[in-house]
Amino acid sequence: MKYRYLPMTDQDQREMLEFLEINSVDDLFTDIPEEVRFQGELQISQSLSEPELVTYFQTLAQKNVNFSTHVNFLGAGVYQHYTPSVVNHMLLRGEFFTAYTPYQPEISQGELQAIFEFQTMVCELTGMEVANSSMYDGATSLAEAAMMAAGHTGKKKVITSRAVHPEARGVLKTYAYGQSVQLQEIGYNSEGVTDLAALEAMLDEETAAVIIQYPNFFGNIEDLAAIEKIVHAKGALLIVSSNPLALGILEAPGKLGADIVAGDMQPFGIAASFGGPHCGYFATTSKLMRKMPGRIVGQTKDENGKRGFVLTLQAREQHIRREKATSNICSNQALLALAAAITMSSLGKQGVQEMAMMNLQKAHYAKQVLQAKGLEITFTAPSFNEFAIKVNKPVVEVNKKLLEKGIIGGYDLGQDYPELAGHTLLAVTELRTKKEIEALANELEVIVRG
Amino acid sequence: MANGKEKELIFELSKPGRVGYSLPELDVPEADVASLLPNHLIRQTPAELPQVSELQVVRHYTELSRRNHGVDNGFYPLGSCTMKYNPKINEDVARYPGFALTHPHQPEETVQGVLEVMYNLQQDLAEITGMDAVTLQPAAGAAGEWTGLMMIRAYHESRGEHHRTKVIVPNSAHGTNPASAAVAGLDTVTIPSDERGLVNIQALREAVGPDTAALMLTNPNTLGLFEEDIVEMAQIVHEAGGLLYYDGANANAILGIARPGDMGFDVVHLNLHKTFTGPHGGGGPGAGPVGVKKILEPFLPTPIAAKREDGTYYWETNVPQSIGRVKGYHGNFGILLRAYSYIRTMGADGLKKVSQYAVLNANYMMRKLAGAYQLPFDRVCKHEFVLSGVNQKKLGVRTLDIAKRLLDFGYHPPTIYFPLIVDECLMIEPTETETKETLDEFIAAMLQIARECEETPEIVQEAPHTTVVKRLDEATAARKPILRYQPEA
Repeated sequence: MKYRYLPMTDQDQREMLEFLEINSVDDLFTDIPEEVRFQGELQISQSLSEPELVTYFQTLAQKNVNFSTHVNFLGAGVYQHYTPSVVNHMLLRGEFFTAYTPYQPEISQGELQAIFEFQTMVCELTGMEVANSSMYDGATSLAEAAMMAAGHTGKKKVITSRAVHPEARGVLKTYAYGQSVQLQEIGYNSEGVTDLAALEAMLDEETAAVIIQYPNFFGNIEDLAAIEKIVHAKGALLIVSSNPLALGILEAPGKLGADIVAGDMQPFGIAASFGGPHCGYFATTSKLMRKMPGRIVGQTKDENGKRGFVLTLQAREQHIRREKATSNICSNQALLALAAAITMSSLGKQGVQEMAMMNLQKAHYAKQVLQAKGLEITFTAPSFNEFAIKVNKPVVEVNKKLLEKGIIGGYDLGQDYPELAGHTLLAVTELRTKKEIEALANELEVIVRG
Repeated sequence: MANGKEKELIFELSKPGRVGYSLPELDVPEADVASLLPNHLIRQTPAELPQVSELQVVRHYTELSRRNHGVDNGFYPLGSCTMKYNPKINEDVARYPGFALTHPHQPEETVQGVLEVMYNLQQDLAEITGMDAVTLQPAAGAAGEWTGLMMIRAYHESRGEHHRTKVIVPNSAHGTNPASAAVAGLDTVTIPSDERGLVNIQALREAVGPDTAALMLTNPNTLGLFEEDIVEMAQIVHEAGGLLYYDGANANAILGIARPGDMGFDVVHLNLHKTFTGPHGGGGPGAGPVGVKKILEPFLPTPIAAKREDGTYYWETNVPQSIGRVKGYHGNFGILLRAYSYIRTMGADGLKKVSQYAVLNANYMMRKLAGAYQLPFDRVCKHEFVLSGVNQKKLGVRTLDIAKRLLDFGYHPPTIYFPLIVDECLMIEPTETETKETLDEFIAAMLQIARECEETPEIVQEAPHTTVVKRLDEATAARKPILRYQPEA
C-alpha cells in the first residue's frame, strides 16, 4: 500500500540498500534481539483514505454536544469567548506551526520575537516584572509556582484556599507529594471568598507560600490587598492564579503585591478543545527571575548591533541542571502562547478592557434576572463572569433538563464541595446575549420549581 | 547580503485609537462598575497592549513567520525531535466544532465521540507499546516521565519499599530524565556507556540494589543505537526489585518492529508531537501519554476513558491507589486527536513502514557522511545517528560553526552538543517523510562544509551569512536580561 506521507519509492529503496550493501531493510534491525522483535501485525485501528478519514471523524465529532449546537453557560476554568478570525489564520502558518523550540535563533527570530511580545503582554496584564514563554496549563503552572516558592524559601508548607480550582489543587497535590511539600487548605466564608481569619491563624514562619485564585473558582473576587498584608507579614510568598481576561478590569495582582502570578491564557483565543491544549502562563518579580521554571526569551544584539532575540537564562533549565533541577518542563505550549499573543494584539489595550467589562456586566445581569425569578445566589461577594446559584436539586438532573432545551448548564459544585451539593456554577461571557440569559433564567425557574 | 532592517515589535506599531477587534454592543443594562466591584480592586492603569488594526496584526505575524523555519519550509534533521511532516488534515479534524468547541466538564453522555477517540487511542497506544493500560493525561514528554516515575514510586511504597529511591540513568540520557526523577522525589544514579555506545552492563550490575526504584532508558538510545542487551538489562533490574522505564522520545525507530512491553519495560511514555505528528508548534504543545503493565495499573492518574459492554463510554475515576491528577482536565486532547488521526491514516502496515524508512534514511545518511565527519560508533543505527566534529575542530572550526553554516543552505541544523558524551556532537534525524533527493542535497551540503573547513574555514566560522540576524550575543542576554519590551522614556 502507498502512503502520502512516505515518499520512499522502490527505486529509492533499492539505491539506498545497494549503497549500504545490504539486501533488505530488515538487515538494519538485526541489532534487536530476535526474542523481542515483534512478530505479525499490530492489532490497531485500520487505516483510512483521506475522504474516509474525514467522514469517520466528522461522524465522531457530530456525536458531541458543543458550543455550536447548544448555548453554553459552563465555565469553571475553561471559557467560550470571542476569537478574532485572524488568530487561526496566523497560527496555521507553517513557519510557526511546524517549527520546534527556537534552538537556532538566526532562523527562529519570528517565534522568539512573538514570545518576547507574549512575555511583555503577560507582564502588562499581571503587573509583574518578568514572565516566561508558557507552561502546560493553568493547573500545572500553579503547581510549579508552589514548588518554586518552596524551593526559594527553603520552607515546606504551602497553604491553598479551597476557593482555588479543584483540579489545580489536585495537580498541586501530586506535585507536592513528589517534592515533599506539605499542603494545607483554608476554607471560604459565606460571602464565597477565602476566610482571612482562618488564613491568619494557619500562617506561620514555616509557610513558603499562600495560593489564592483571583477571581476565585466561584467567580468571586478575593480582596488581594488585604490578603497580601497577612501573607507578607509572616514572610510567605503570595501566589495568585488569575483569569487573564478579568485583569482587563481588576487591579493587577502585581500592583497588589503578588510574588508569583500563574494561570491559563485560554480565554484569549484558545479553543476549549475538551480541556487542552491550553496555555499556562507564569509571571514573577525580577528578584525571583532566576528561579522561574520554563523557557524565557530575552532581547540582545547580533554581531552587527542589530536587535535580536534568544532563549536565555538557560542555566535554570533541566538540560543544564539535570538531577539538580527543580522543574523538568521542556516542551511547553508555545503555539498556544502565540495564539494568545495574536488575540491580545487584536483585542489590544481597548478590546481587553471592553471584553472584560462585557463579561462583568452580562454576568451581573444574569444574577439579577435569576434572582428576580426567585433563584438564590449562593454567595454575596462581588464576582466577575461566574457565580454560583442554588438549584435545590441534583445539578446533574437540572443540566439534563437544560440540555433538552438546548443549553449546556453550569458546573456541579457538589462534586468537589459536598456542602455545595445542589449549587451550580454559571459562566456568562460576552458571547451570551440578553435573550439567552433570559431563556436560561426561564428554564431554571421551571426546573427548580417543578 | 544578510539581513535587511530590524523588525518592529508589535508595541512599536501601536497608535492610540486603532483596534483589531469587533465586539457586539452591550445588550444588557449597564451597571455602574463602582457598584459591582470594590473600589480598590478596580484596575487603575490599563494594561499597555498594542493598538493596531487587523491588517497590521496580519502583516506583523506574517512578517514574523517569514523569519522562522519550520518543517514546511525545509529539511529539519533535529536529532531526538522527530521533525516529520505534520499532516494538514489533522488540523482540519482538530477544528471540527464537535471537538474544538467541547468543554471538558460536559456530561459523559454529551461527549461520546470525544471519549471514543480517547478510548481508541488508549487501546492503540497500548498495542503499539505492548502495554496493558494507558493514561493520556500528561501534557508532554517530561510530564510523562514524571508521571511514570510517580507511579513507580507509588508502586514501591505500596509494597512498603520506601527505600527504593534510586533511578538509574545512562550518561547518554536526555536532561529531562534526571530532572523528572528529581521532581518525583527520587535520586539519580548515572551509569556510563561502553565503547559500543550502549549501557555498560557491568556498571548496571553494580548500580542495582535494594535501593533501586527504576532504570530509565531510551531505546534506541540518544546515540541512535539499539540497546541490544535489553533483555539481560531487564532481568538485572527486575531481579534487583526495580522497574524499567522506557523514554519514548525515540519510538519512531521501532513502530511495529519491537515493543517496549516485550523488551521488559514496565512503563512507557510516548511523545505524540514527535512520533505521532502533533505539530511541534515552536516548542509545544506536546502530549506525553504513559503506558503501563498490569502491576502499575492501580496507580494510574484519573480519570481514564473506559467502555461499557453496551458500547458507551465513561470516565473511570475509581482508582483508589491513583497518584492523582497530573494535569488539568483530560490532557492535551487536541494533540491526542491529531495523533489518532495519524494512526488512522497509517494503520499497522503504514506505521511499520514509518520506522523502516526512518531507519533506512538514517543509515544511508550516516554512511554517506562517515568519511567527512568522524563516526564515533561504527555500527548500524536506528532512526538517528551522531557524528563528531573533532576533525574539523582541529582545523579551528567548531560544531556550532558547522551548524550555523548549514543555515546558509536553508536547513535547520541537527541537534548539537548532545548527547554530552560525544565531543563536538552532531545528532542527525532525517525522519521518514523526507525524499531521497532532500537527503542527497543535505549530504552534499555537509560534504561541502567539510571541504570548506579545510580550504576556507572562515566561511564556516563566520556563518551564517544569509539570515536576518547574525550570531546573537547570548552572554549579554543572560547577564543583563531584557525579558520584556519597555517603551522608551
